[in-house]
Amino acid sequence: MIELENVAYSYGGGELLSDISIKLAPGSFYFLTGPSGAGKTTLLKLCYGALLPTAGQVRIMGNDVRNLDRDGVAMMRRNVGVVHQDVKFLDHLPVADNIALPLTVSGRQNEAGGADLGELLAWVGLNHRAAGLPPELSGGERQRAALARAVIMSPDVVLADEPTGNVDWEMSQRLLKLLIELNKMGKTVLIATHDLSLIRAAKSEVQARVLRISNRRLQLAGADL
Amino acid sequence: MKFSVSELRSLFFGDKQADRVVPPSGFTAQLTLFAAGAMAFLAVFALALSLASGRLAARWGDELARTSTIRIVAPAGERAIQTDAALRVLETTAGVESARALTDEEQQTLLSPWFGAEIDLRSLPVPRLIEVVENPSGFDAEGLRLRLAAEVLAAFLDDHTRWRAPLVQAANRLRLLGWIAIFLIGAAVGAMVTLAANAALAANAQVVAVLRLVGATDRYIAEAFIRRFTIRAFIGAGVGVIFGMLAVLLLPSAGDDAGFLTGLGFQGAGWLAPLLIPVMAGGVALIATRIASRRALEALS
Repeated sequence: MIELENVAYSYGGGELLSDISIKLAPGSFYFLTGPSGAGKTTLLKLCYGALLPTAGQVRIMGNDVRNLDRDGVAMMRRNVGVVHQDVKFLDHLPVADNIALPLTVSGRQNEAGGADLGELLAWVGLNHRAAGLPPELSGGERQRAALARAVIMSPDVVLADEPTGNVDWEMSQRLLKLLIELNKMGKTVLIATHDLSLIRAAKSEVQARVLRISNRRLQLAGADL
Repeated sequence: MKFSVSELRSLFFGDKQADRVVPPSGFTAQLTLFAAGAMAFLAVFALALSLASGRLAARWGDELARTSTIRIVAPAGERAIQTDAALRVLETTAGVESARALTDEEQQTLLSPWFGAEIDLRSLPVPRLIEVVENPSGFDAEGLRLRLAAEVLAAFLDDHTRWRAPLVQAANRLRLLGWIAIFLIGAAVGAMVTLAANAALAANAQVVAVLRLVGATDRYIAEAFIRRFTIRAFIGAGVGVIFGMLAVLLLPSAGDDAGFLTGLGFQGAGWLAPLLIPVMAGGVALIATRIASRRALEALS
């Protein structure tokens, strides 16, 4: 699925991540945690090919990201659902069209208006918002719309970067529930968060593995946090 | 740069959905239309100039190259004898198709603009003119001149080359200028579309980034822009060409006396030439937008 082997990443100055090896197992549920600035977002970006490792190898769906050309990256992104930290939409298109955008750009627009979209909107609770424009959405609604957009191509992996970053506790519970449901449908889920209580809440529902970035390295955190 | 048939087809009959992903841009779109139209309007005149001066050069080159004139400057009494002598020389000259002395009436008509119709030329020592028409192989002007000098003292050959050459050259130069103007207009359309496309790409940077993140290929994103600018340039140029052709059509005609200026226009199949301008404008816009969008997209992960 997604495989990192002795990966290092350095920004201009120093090394942010080093010697990271991890293999996301199909159907598993991961949390990625660590202090702010530890490199959670960077690690996620490495996982969906937005960044190339400065050392080591990243394989996504069996392909070395270094060998992917620009079209290859585009194809790969159709198979990896990503909820970005700063969710961006096409502000001139209705929410429903935005959620269906991955179908549109991959030439499957015929499915974009289908029953699946309605179901997906209902699942994230945005049915009543379908015709609204993205700037009209609240923080929680944006995150749910982003999640719906991330899964509309029914990818095998869903990566979420601080999906509960700026929503209240109740909303983060709701988002977590959606992500857990996805995992129960067999998808691999990786959530980057610094919110430990979210991780605790998840642990009672799903068998989650917690990865912690500390001192530029990735550790599998123990059962207790 | 190559375009496959399927690519061109998707460009012109592209899906509506793909067009919607880039927000509509009212004002700049109209500027592109206007600029393309104005350029096409100018291109019509440059084209008319090129074609007209081309015709002019061909006509001068063709007709005048094949005729010469011999002047018989002799006292009234000897004029007829000398004329006959010159005609005899011409009959035996290789390359001369026909030679004929102008009649008094013809000379009168030729000179009437200067002397008026009332004056009787017989009272004036006007030289007799012989019109010589060459056959396609032409004659040796220098050789003929020498023979005339030896046999018909009063005959002088004007083979027109002296004053014709600079005229043909001027017409050819004018035609070249016309083509250079058309080329410059095309280049200006390219530059203008590149600027507009860059502005559109920059204004829609977030749209482009979002599309890229949800798995759109560069080609998909670029086409949304290319299609717009190609169609705008095509339509704008089409309107400009219509106005340009109308303006050429409405140029006053001086009829048979058509001089150079009034000859500016299209003839026959030449009227089809300006119809190529919108196609060229569309093509230039397509290539310009394609290069601009490729450069903008490659800066993006």
